[in-house]
Amino acid sequence: MVDAHRPHVTRSKRGEFRRGFVDIFPILAAAFPIGLLWGTLAVKKGLSPVEAGLTSASVFGGAAQFVALDLWRTPAPWLLLTFSIFVVNIRHVLMGASLSRHIGHVPRAMQPLLMFLLVDEVWALAERRALSAPLSWSYYLGMGLPLWMNWLLATLIGAILGRGLGDPAAYGFDFAFSALFIAILAGFWKGPRTGAVLATSALVAALTKILVPGAWYIALGGLAGVTTAALLAHPHDEANGD
Amino acid sequence: METDALTLLAIAGMALATYATRIGGFALMRFMQVKGRMKAALDAMPAAILMSVIAPTVIGTGVPETLAAAITAGVAILRLPIIAVVVIGIASVVTLRMVLG
Repeated sequence: MVDAHRPHVTRSKRGEFRRGFVDIFPILAAAFPIGLLWGTLAVKKGLSPVEAGLTSASVFGGAAQFVALDLWRTPAPWLLLTFSIFVVNIRHVLMGASLSRHIGHVPRAMQPLLMFLLVDEVWALAERRALSAPLSWSYYLGMGLPLWMNWLLATLIGAILGRGLGDPAAYGFDFAFSALFIAILAGFWKGPRTGAVLATSALVAALTKILVPGAWYIALGGLAGVTTAALLAHPHDEANGD
Repeated sequence: METDALTLLAIAGMALATYATRIGGFALMRFMQVKGRMKAALDAMPAAILMSVIAPTVIGTGVPETLAAAITAGVAILRLPIIAVVVIGIASVVTLRMVLG
């Protein structure tokens, strides 16, 4: 938005943090009722509010946590849960690989924390940010820390009160995430090759979602698009590229 | 007590599995040389993943979601601020669900 046109603007740590917070703000609002819902469902499944809070604080992932509740039994099938959550989150491997190119300059000690906060929305906004400016850790934390606290707080309130605001879909909040991703996606258009990548990813993701149980569709759709890009590339860096 | 221990074990397992995926791709790239087709692949990664995240919602949920996604994409191309795009997207889906649902 603003600083895409003013890349020279001075960027203090505090200013960067605030910018990150502003960018993630709509997602805080949309994620809160979802956290409430997760907290209430977790307690119904037999988790204590402390256990629910611990899960949200340490896993910090909406999709994975809802899958976990689906599978939750007493006693907890911990191996099944661990494996299933790994599969749901496997997309983060791709996101981390992509993001690694933008946080190489960040202090080494900070990098494991940044990766802990790598949820879809933070990742997407960070990638968008990196299009127009160097990605700073203060901007990243300005998104990640409030989102983490928001998620934990919502979970605890939901778990303790035992009820949320009802179905987030009733307010259209479920669509906030799709809308965010569409908004960010628009910034990545680089011509017809992007079109080919998007078409391949959309097709493979949609088919995988229909045909393959579990949450493989993001990783497989992503890989399919990336493979298309590699095949279409003119590898200038290599001798005699086409 | 046994149940509590298993619950904690499950939470720890889920947290570790999640963190492994978050740090895994990042750590892997330490050992990769990024050039040529590899670079093209990584450059395309954000768009490919974003598309894969939304495709099932956009294509496979219902007519209101598909139409709302089209409207959202339309305003996103105009380069409106993200928050405006998100608000318009939510307003579209709520309206369309009322009208069509």
